[in-house]
Amino acid sequence: MSVVIEARDVTFAFGQTPALRGASVAVEAGEILAIMGPSGSGKSTLLHCLAGILVPDSGEISFAGARLDTLAETQRSSLRRDRFGFVFQFGQLVPELTAVENVALPLLLSGVRRTSALERAKAWFARLGLDGLEERRSGELSGGQAQRVALARGLVAEPQLLFADEPTGALDSLTGEQVMDLLVSAAREQGTTVILVTHEARIAAYADREVMVRDGRVNAPDRIVS
Amino acid sequence: MSVPLTLLGLLEREPSHGYDLKRDYDTFFGRGKPLPFGQVYSTLSRLARDGKVVISDVAPGSGPDRKRYIITDVGATEVEQWLTQPVEPEPHLQTVLFAKVVLALMLDRPAADYLDTQRSAHLHRMRELTEIKRAGSLVDALLADHGLYHLEADLRWIEMTGARLDALRKEVRQ
Repeated sequence: MSVVIEARDVTFAFGQTPALRGASVAVEAGEILAIMGPSGSGKSTLLHCLAGILVPDSGEISFAGARLDTLAETQRSSLRRDRFGFVFQFGQLVPELTAVENVALPLLLSGVRRTSALERAKAWFARLGLDGLEERRSGELSGGQAQRVALARGLVAEPQLLFADEPTGALDSLTGEQVMDLLVSAAREQGTTVILVTHEARIAAYADREVMVRDGRVNAPDRIVS
Repeated sequence: MSVPLTLLGLLEREPSHGYDLKRDYDTFFGRGKPLPFGQVYSTLSRLARDGKVVISDVAPGSGPDRKRYIITDVGATEVEQWLTQPVEPEPHLQTVLFAKVVLALMLDRPAADYLDTQRSAHLHRMRELTEIKRAGSLVDALLADHGLYHLEADLRWIEMTGARLDALRKEVRQ
């Protein structure tokens, strides 16, 4: 297995408040990694740095062997659009769009023709048990349905990496586990590497491995990397 | 797992032979630890002696006679009482872990590291149970969930204790 993304000695502060104090973690291709830690430990900040949403104050982020943190915002933006997928806690679907349009969004933004994008998006509805909900808007979906739509949107472009930040945080236990089951199956099927931020052990148990973030540093159980 | 009460419960569903009882027990409750035939028949003999089951008929055959067991009112009452009584909560792990943490703090050992090791072991087991849940039947999932929720409760205790280690250290080293 080769390392697909890596943070090395990353620091990041929100103003005067340090969030990461030398965090290091490496993720292998196809791996599902859970980043755990208490509230305010820096786990979401680490995910945002890995995804190129935030630029570290110091340290390095490399993706597929090349530096990511030194890229211009436009290049990082392209990378996020073309190679990465995202699922957040509250789905964050575009309320004006239908469910299928929401799923198709990453494809449309990448320049895929509308008919083809919608067709590929529709294929995900059967796969995730969302048959018949294609034309609904986010307000007409339950929390679990909306999160499955968000998951489809995160995976539709077959990203190399999926970043999931508390993807089940707003769902009840059973629905949350159903979403995780689908996430893991779909990611494994298409070989997508997953970086999952969660504070719930039962959700982290779906991953291949977990690391703990505490006080802005990463503590891996099998190997101390920072 | 109470074998006599579980067998009684299976008999309340329908009268059965020892062989069928063993098969049903292994299917639903055995989980890799099948009930030995010897234990099935010795348990049934005790239940018969105590008036909780009776033998309805004996079917002769080439092998040993096949006895058919029927639950009695006494047996059914016992099943009813067992099902309705809550199970004694057993915070067993915490007592061991609690002792380890307190001793580690007293002896100035790295209690936080011990908790990290325990967390890792718990998560490893939770991953195994999650795999069982994903690959197995709904009955498997139910059993795995029971283990997962208990392990999760332990982990919450580990997190809470980890956050209080400095204060605990002061208290136990006074």
